Amino acid sequence: MADPMRIRAQAAGDKTTVRVLMSHEMETGQRKDASGKLVPAWFIQEVTAQLNGKTVMTAQWGPAVSKNPFLQFVVKGAKAGDKIAVTWVDNKGDKRTDEATVS
Amino acid sequence: MRRIAAVAAAFLLAAPGLAPAQGKSAADGIAEYRKMLEDGNPADLFEARGEALWTQKRGPKNASLERCDLGRGPGVVKGAFVTLPRWFADTGRVQDLESRLLTCIETLQGIPADTIAKTGFGRDEQRNMEGLVAYVAAASRGLRFELPQAHAEERAMYELGKRAFFYRGGSHDFSCASCHGEEGKRIRLQDLPDLTKNPGDGIGFAAWPAYRVSSGELWGMQRRLNDCFRQQRFPFPGYASDVTIALAVYMGVNAKGAESIAPSIKR
Repeated sequence: MADPMRIRAQAAGDKTTVRVLMSHEMETGQRKDASGKLVPAWFIQEVTAQLNGKTVMTAQWGPAVSKNPFLQFVVKGAKAGDKIAVTWVDNKGDKRTDEATVS
Repeated sequence: MRRIAAVAAAFLLAAPGLAPAQGKSAADGIAEYRKMLEDGNPADLFEARGEALWTQKRGPKNASLERCDLGRGPGVVKGAFVTLPRWFADTGRVQDLESRLLTCIETLQGIPADTIAKTGFGRDEQRNMEGLVAYVAAASRGLRFELPQAHAEERAMYELGKRAFFYRGGSHDFSCASCHGEEGKRIRLQDLPDLTKNPGDGIGFAAWPAYRVSSGELWGMQRRLNDCFRQQRFPFPGYASDVTIALAVYMGVNAKGAESIAPSIKR
């Protein structure tokens, strides 16, 4: 199973900055291995963020996103103690959800 | 005529003022790029993996590393990194972080150290080493280097490291000092620290282990040195071998008082 994400959510006034680090290989499908065979594509396709269970952001990603990607976004109206959950789904159907509390 | 001369003089005066305002040096650009990356340093992911590995029961002996002595007593991680390499009584050797971790993994968990040392970087057990070095280094982030030099072996290793640092050889007749022996040297756009003295907080020895954005890997000091040897066209040094530890002692003692920012982020 994939390693957990690191999520930090910091409220400042009405706005909360969420910073997410994901652990993922993000293979483009263009690279070749030592024996000359193509390394199959393997990347995150879908990212969803939820604030207290309500979806606040969705994103569609492709192979151009780097390995171990970093994502930062701002949510309005979150308060300290609220729960931010982030989910990714990759092209192999693997998924991972992690949660953080707004501070 | 005099007016023309005055205008020309005015131009001459203005020109030196203009140049720095227009041109941002390559080093400034790289510093700015690093600043942008700092907020989301993927080394955090390796640190988290290392923390989990530290407490996880593994190996033939099904034990965790929680009793591992990194020089500050069994199980003490905080503050250990900034005192390494140092002499250890149980092995009778001066050891750096990675060779000490090998000792702990072998004695506590029963995974043979030489197998790990022979494994290529970034694979199998070496991947676990990446996490462990990130975790141990991060526990000393913000602390200042203070390598012990009380033991005769530690002082001998410093002298050996100094010799290795200035030793010229290979097809290019290079030594470590060729690039790291004075200020203002570069490899392509990378500024190289002068490692014969304290290069400052978070520079040189105080910046590794680090996450390399270009390869998406976490490099410990062993891998850093291995790549320096490659760039000098030297034969590769053995993983956790005495010459690598000696070089680390030399750099670490020279960096006395420098603040550790490891695991940092590098291009």
